[in-house]
Amino acid sequence: MIGAIRSVLRRGIEWIERPLDRLFGPALNPIAQLGALGFFFFWIVSVSGIYLFIFFDTGIERAYESVENLTNNHWYHAGVMRSLHRYASDLMVVMLVTHMLREFAYDHYRGTRWFSWFTGVPIIWLLYTSGITGYWLVWDKLAQYVALVSSELLDWLPIFGEPIARNFVSTGTLTSRFFSLMVFMHVAVPLFLLFAMWIHILHISRPKMNPPRTLAVMSLIALIAASLWNPAVSQGHVDLARVPAAVGLDWFFLPLYPLTDLWGNGAVWAFLGTFSLMLGLMPWLPPLRRAKAAEVDLAHCNGCARCAEDCPYEAIRMVRRSDGLPFPTEAQVNPSLCVSCGICVGSCPSSTPFRRSQELKTGIDLPDYSLQRLRELTVEAAGSLFQEKRRILIFACEHGGGAGHLTGVVPLPCVAMIPPSLIDFVLSKKLADGVAVAGCAESACFNRLGVAWTEQRFAGERDPYLRKRVPRNRLKTIWVSALETSRFERELAAFAEQVAALPEAPLVQLPQPIAASPSTEPRRVPEGTLP
Amino acid sequence: MTRYLRLTGQFVVILLLFSAAAAFANWPIYRQIPEGHAVIVLTFVHGADRKAECRTRSPAEIAKLAPNMRRLLDCPRGRPAIYVELDLAGKSIYRATLPPSGIASDGNSRVYQRFVVPAGQYQVAVRMRDTPRTEGFDHQRNETVTLVGEQMFVVDFRSETGDFIFR
Repeated sequence: MIGAIRSVLRRGIEWIERPLDRLFGPALNPIAQLGALGFFFFWIVSVSGIYLFIFFDTGIERAYESVENLTNNHWYHAGVMRSLHRYASDLMVVMLVTHMLREFAYDHYRGTRWFSWFTGVPIIWLLYTSGITGYWLVWDKLAQYVALVSSELLDWLPIFGEPIARNFVSTGTLTSRFFSLMVFMHVAVPLFLLFAMWIHILHISRPKMNPPRTLAVMSLIALIAASLWNPAVSQGHVDLARVPAAVGLDWFFLPLYPLTDLWGNGAVWAFLGTFSLMLGLMPWLPPLRRAKAAEVDLAHCNGCARCAEDCPYEAIRMVRRSDGLPFPTEAQVNPSLCVSCGICVGSCPSSTPFRRSQELKTGIDLPDYSLQRLRELTVEAAGSLFQEKRRILIFACEHGGGAGHLTGVVPLPCVAMIPPSLIDFVLSKKLADGVAVAGCAESACFNRLGVAWTEQRFAGERDPYLRKRVPRNRLKTIWVSALETSRFERELAAFAEQVAALPEAPLVQLPQPIAASPSTEPRRVPEGTLP
Repeated sequence: MTRYLRLTGQFVVILLLFSAAAAFANWPIYRQIPEGHAVIVLTFVHGADRKAECRTRSPAEIAKLAPNMRRLLDCPRGRPAIYVELDLAGKSIYRATLPPSGIASDGNSRVYQRFVVPAGQYQVAVRMRDTPRTEGFDHQRNETVTLVGEQMFVVDFRSETGDFIFR
């Protein structure tokens, strides 16, 4: 059931995201920058809020007047700031909801990712509380409506001695201290929100906290333009003797308020409680079944830290050497954080299929999908292409559009599991005429950094590099989502045509055993010789 | 040129998205009550007298108590529930027994109820019983009021004077 919902939602999101990929490019696509944009809007809200506070008066009568003053008499700076404050808050809600739906659709919330998902739930509550307390401060008719409905909601809970809503049904019951309290809440709750946002990204390696500069500049200019086009204004002074019958609701922050009229306060609380509980439990409904965590083979690990550097889940850390080999550190895997994506295998300089050893070993490996197995599958897949006119071997991410191709496919948990030397191995041994590396869509890598690391390794910008001798015209990267199979086939066909135009690569007998370079295993030094 | 066109396209998309967000920040208008309707709010916080008067303990009773609990007077804290009725145009729209608040049932009884009614002239009658009696009422008020559209008409109770207030 949940899987079916996820699948439908994913189609919907990809239907929007892929065209935006083409317009913005994967790096600038706003849908791929939702978290970063959320942070960006938070800073806009913070700065504009501090600016507005200079003009705001916390008196019962003066609050509304001060907001009117800054909106009308100082519209060109404080008025714009008010609009920025409001619309950036609304956009935070948009970012939060879209971010949540996208992470759900892409199945980015289970397994080791439970922490980020789970800690996202309080963020929803804190963001809404921050926004709602802000609306009270304006003390216009919308504020009166928000005050009445919020207090009636709170009064439903059996925790307050007197109904809070009594304060908002007649004049003379409210004092300026109320505004001091609301200002305090409107400052304190966002601070808690920021703290929760920091906790939220704690387990993420290289979290995107800032959008690309171009996107940030465009967003700020667009926000200012929207503020000038439709400035945020008040809806008339509060009149406690009259019902705020018709109000312009902020549908981002207050969509549940009309439901209190339809359902009643108890039902709204029940909905909120059930919704929050369900959200919190989602990572375990059902839990993600994971392959065995990566394991370090100290005999082949020289403590270079590339695996720790590349791991998108911070599942690897470098610790003091424990086996006496002449290296200061060794890699250590935290199995509870490891998702077995294999990116560490691809980053390990010991992961070379050219090695002579009978059982291919590397510094860090997946027990359920070892480098040895990867080489075997590569040779098998290459063998299946024997009768093909143009032999294109495909390394396909199981989450991308290439995984469903029928022949010559080596499936991988992530394409960044491929050591660049494996490409060299395939082409230099003439196992295929060309190699296609098919990963997820560039802006939606299932393992976040797999696409980036692969591109950088192939471009010689990230260790381990793809050797220069590897003919680049026989290598193609295809970044397509699982739903873009036809695009994958098109790009593959075009690549096959390109390879066909190249000089014929002579078909050679598969080497048995596979030729390899001399052993590079580190030598053991006697214990106690190191400081 | 292509780069600038592309940037323009990107900006237009972002601007449209943000403008849509700005539009939904106060539109469409939500109408809480139908046009030509008013709201009657019955709300008060009032505690009935204690269930029983204080009584003087006998020396034997005092001796049985722990040394730090030996008080001459025994004053039960609990309050009885309050009974309230609200009639509109001769019809009962609310009647309830309001229990005292607090773990020891020694706090005030409280009520907050909203009623949406069409604007017009009404006979409003409110009655309350806050003593152990089972018949009749201790406080009541009956008055004809004219409600206009969007009016917030509050029925409150002032404990100090024992009067219902219409405002």
